[in-house]
Amino acid sequence: MAFTFAAMCYLLALIAVGFCIFFAIYTVICVDELRTDYKNPIEQCRNLNQLILPEYIIHGTFTVLFIFSWQLISILANLPLAFYHIYTYINRPVMSGPGIYDPTTILNRSTLSSTLRISWTKLAFYLISFFYYLYAMIYTLVTSN
Amino acid sequence: MSSIPTAPGKVGFPQAYGPSQTYQHVQQFNQFAHQNVAIPNNGSSTHTANPFPFPSATTSQQPVKSSLSSQVPNGGNNHQYNQSAPNYGAASGPFAPTTVLPQQPIPSFPTAPHPTLNGYPVPNSTIPATTATTPFSVQQLTSVPNSSQPLIPSALSSARPAPFPTSQPSSASIPTSSYQQQMTPRSQGSTGYPPAPPVLQTGFPAPQQTVYSSSQQFTSSNTSQPQIQNMNQQFDRMNMGGAPGAQQQVSGFRSDIIDLIAERNVQQLGFDDIPVQIPQQVAEPNAHIDPNIFRSTLVQVPQTEELLKKSRLPFAITLHPFRDVKNLNIIQCSNIVRCRYCRTYINPYVYLPDHRHWKCNLCNRNNDLPDDFCWDPVAKAFGDPRNRPETQNATVEFIAPSEYMLRPPQPAVYVFVLDISASAIQSGYLYTLSEQLLINVDQMPGDDRAQICFIAVDQCLHFFSFSSSKRYPSEMIVDDIDYAFVPSVTSLLVPLKKFKDTIRSFIKQLPDFYSQISPTSNGNCLGSALKLAQGMIQEIGGRVSIFQVSLPNVGLGALKSREESTDGGQNLGPATDFYKALSLECTGAQICLDLFMFNTQYADLATLSEVAKFSTGCVYHFPNYNYRNDIHQVKRFERTLTRYLTRKLGFEAVLRIRTSRGLALTGFYGNFFVRSPDLLALANVNPDSALAAQVTIEEKLPQYVCFQSALLYTSSKGDRRIRVHTMCLPTTGDLLQLYNNFDLKATVSYLAKIGVERSMTGSALADSREALVNAVVDSVGAYQKAVSRGSGMLVPRSGHLRLFPSYVLALLKHSAFSSGRGIRLDERAGAMLMMRSSPLDQILADIYPRLYRLNELATMPEDQSPSPLPLSFEHISRGGVYLMITGTIAFVYVASSADPGFLVNVFGTSIYNDIDEYSLLERDNDLSRRVHSFFKKVTQFRFYLGPIITIKEHSPLRDVFVRRLVDDRSESTHSYVEFLQHLKREISGN
Repeated sequence: MAFTFAAMCYLLALIAVGFCIFFAIYTVICVDELRTDYKNPIEQCRNLNQLILPEYIIHGTFTVLFIFSWQLISILANLPLAFYHIYTYINRPVMSGPGIYDPTTILNRSTLSSTLRISWTKLAFYLISFFYYLYAMIYTLVTSN
Repeated sequence: MSSIPTAPGKVGFPQAYGPSQTYQHVQQFNQFAHQNVAIPNNGSSTHTANPFPFPSATTSQQPVKSSLSSQVPNGGNNHQYNQSAPNYGAASGPFAPTTVLPQQPIPSFPTAPHPTLNGYPVPNSTIPATTATTPFSVQQLTSVPNSSQPLIPSALSSARPAPFPTSQPSSASIPTSSYQQQMTPRSQGSTGYPPAPPVLQTGFPAPQQTVYSSSQQFTSSNTSQPQIQNMNQQFDRMNMGGAPGAQQQVSGFRSDIIDLIAERNVQQLGFDDIPVQIPQQVAEPNAHIDPNIFRSTLVQVPQTEELLKKSRLPFAITLHPFRDVKNLNIIQCSNIVRCRYCRTYINPYVYLPDHRHWKCNLCNRNNDLPDDFCWDPVAKAFGDPRNRPETQNATVEFIAPSEYMLRPPQPAVYVFVLDISASAIQSGYLYTLSEQLLINVDQMPGDDRAQICFIAVDQCLHFFSFSSSKRYPSEMIVDDIDYAFVPSVTSLLVPLKKFKDTIRSFIKQLPDFYSQISPTSNGNCLGSALKLAQGMIQEIGGRVSIFQVSLPNVGLGALKSREESTDGGQNLGPATDFYKALSLECTGAQICLDLFMFNTQYADLATLSEVAKFSTGCVYHFPNYNYRNDIHQVKRFERTLTRYLTRKLGFEAVLRIRTSRGLALTGFYGNFFVRSPDLLALANVNPDSALAAQVTIEEKLPQYVCFQSALLYTSSKGDRRIRVHTMCLPTTGDLLQLYNNFDLKATVSYLAKIGVERSMTGSALADSREALVNAVVDSVGAYQKAVSRGSGMLVPRSGHLRLFPSYVLALLKHSAFSSGRGIRLDERAGAMLMMRSSPLDQILADIYPRLYRLNELATMPEDQSPSPLPLSFEHISRGGVYLMITGTIAFVYVASSADPGFLVNVFGTSIYNDIDEYSLLERDNDLSRRVHSFFKKVTQFRFYLGPIITIKEHSPLRDVFVRRLVDDRSESTHSYVEFLQHLKREISGN
């Protein structure tokens, strides 16, 4: 029983993924508000776009930590998402500020539903990883000596 | 009745709405007010006079309508109904009194209620003490042409179904005036009736007349009422028939199929609109929406999504919400009847089970009819709700009460941003602009509060400060464009009325003032100028007209030329999001940005046009504009500008499109900002822009479906109005019916808009081209499968599927979508932008121009005119003279061995070489007059068409003409026949 580097990674990831869960829930709520309520898409996109870079950075950071501590399962789980993040950011609509949501296109039915689907999927992914990191952290703590 | 507050140039709202302010239309309504005072209890709705009688053309169609309000700038007439709640005396009527007599002076705008009968503020001072005379009725009598009088009795006798118990509020009416006396014969239906118009000009038009007018509006051919009834009967029978096959036989549709490859001239079968068959159980089955306003690609809607998928036809609607309408019904009432659940406006396609209820046709829920809705003010009785204008007409306009306002109606505000850089001076557009602006500055829509501002742009910003003491404005130059500021708060944006003379002399001076190249004219800082313009009118809203010649290369939003660099596609997308962001901010502030582009060099129209896209602006492109050399371009700019300045304008508008349950709109294409899934924000709305929306079917549809668009806007006179269009379409479960009811005009407009949208947001142009071809391949291929018969390219004779290949080929050859490298980037962008915002008639004319053989006019009887020819050189004979009308240019092509007699009459000379651009004048002979009246007929309402250009066989412009013959092949494109072969291969390959 020792507090290894891997255990620390999991601990940090646990905290970080908590933030990600919060971001994902917020995105789901905002997008859903766009669909049902009459929220102004410009403001809503501004709010959402503020969270994009923090989320990507947080996620990227603990993915890198996992690579350093060589946690294979976590790496395999997180790398696709990291690449997806990089891909979306490269292909984002032309805009001067950070962010990926464009208020002029987000209300197209197809864009809206795909945005909603993506944010639900991410929420599920972060929730599962939260519990996995918890389990893995305890597991590392217990097994390492 | 005081004049407007005239503290010079003080920008902002509170100032603009002084409590003492009156609007023009209020004055018009004062007549109305007299009447109510004269007859305090004469029931609810009184009728206003028409101080300006309309020409008989409209009155003969609808002799029973009254009209008030001003004339629509381009000649459309507004018929105005004024219907307020029944004004029962406290003791006399069965209902509580709903209105109060005007006792107060005009209230200050937002908070005070409208203490009037009509919802109109009536200043106390204007009510005369004695109002025994009602001048309007007398005027009205004389104004109505005799021809309409015989119609009235028949309308009276037959128009009113189920006469109501005449439960007049007996004590209420105090017959004091001539108005009252005229009323009485109406309710008795007796003879000896004085010429009727004032009586029938009420909230209740006689239905029969409306039937005629609406059917005439709808079908371009001479459809009469019996035919429509016949059609409806057919439709009834159709619905009874169970099996699809039976349906087809009974319905009398010619189900014969033609083979496109064998049939050479598909054009001659006509391109008429397909009649819509509206089921009989709706409130007014004979009400039809003008298909130019509202149109669906499928005139019969498939009942299920599977059926739509199987047919592989596109399903979309096109909407031209603010199109100029003749005989518009304007209704003013205290409460607008809307569905309690889905907020649909009552319309002709609701179901009326009895006189107290209505069933919403969009959400199918039951609503109560308010009591005053059935109140017939003329008969002084409760009438049939079917006779209300709302349930009679598919297009109505309401004058909205104050709960439809978020803020007081804004005044008209115009900002002109003028490019004065070196290339602008070379092009000399300022001369034309100044000339036309001088002519039209008084006709610009707006009331006394209208404000105007000018900003000139080169490397610096030039503002013009107006003051009442000086004859000319003083110029203020701001050269720090990165941190630009507005040099004066009060004197730049000034009331148009007050400074009329100064503004006129300024406009006159403008071209000469900027005719010399100065040290600062090397650059253009449009971005900074727009930012400041936005800041100036942020609080009010309005319209910014940008006249741009060069690429903005300094200041905010500076751009680089990227015409040559082809990395990453064709550069039709924006280079920066500065203009988009600006445009979004402007939309929020109700500012519209319109762009006039005159560039000779590349000016990145694709990026600059973003300002117009999201702020509901328009883009007009005049490539290679030169004041001295290009007279056609100048003429076209003149016409466009005249139309632009004088057309109707609605400010701070929102457009909501509601659909029946089971349908959903999934994508919108056009210039606007999508505010929420069914709400579009339009900073300004103009009568020349249209949109398309894709429709999906989400659940099984009932027997008929409806679409309703409601456009809420502030008119230039400062009142809030709602224009409602409702379209009703039957549904079908039969696959072949879908093809028979396929509307190509809407489809082409939709496909063009969606193609433009995709190409301008980053997709490759080749993808759009492929998508266009696939649209034909899919639909025609699916039809082959459905009829499962033989080879060839089979299409139904009815419907427009037979013309689909021809129009798609034309679209592929249009400069917006053609694959050739010969088209300059800006030119392509300009063509695309035209398609994105234009209504369908403009798009159709531009992609598939109309070609007429003028020689036919010489031999034809007086009342006929030539029919359009297919666009192929095989139809151009060497002895003919031809007229071709595209979206922007009109050509007269004179072949070398044209009939000399015709040439003498029309061109004034028989020698071919003597004909030049100036020969086509109206001459004093019969043929020439006929030719010119034909020109007038085909170019009517085409405001963006340049002058007619005469082309001979050896003129340099002949290539332009030949390129428009889209059925022929060129170096890199298919001919029509080759295209058909290509399609056939694709279909059999699938």
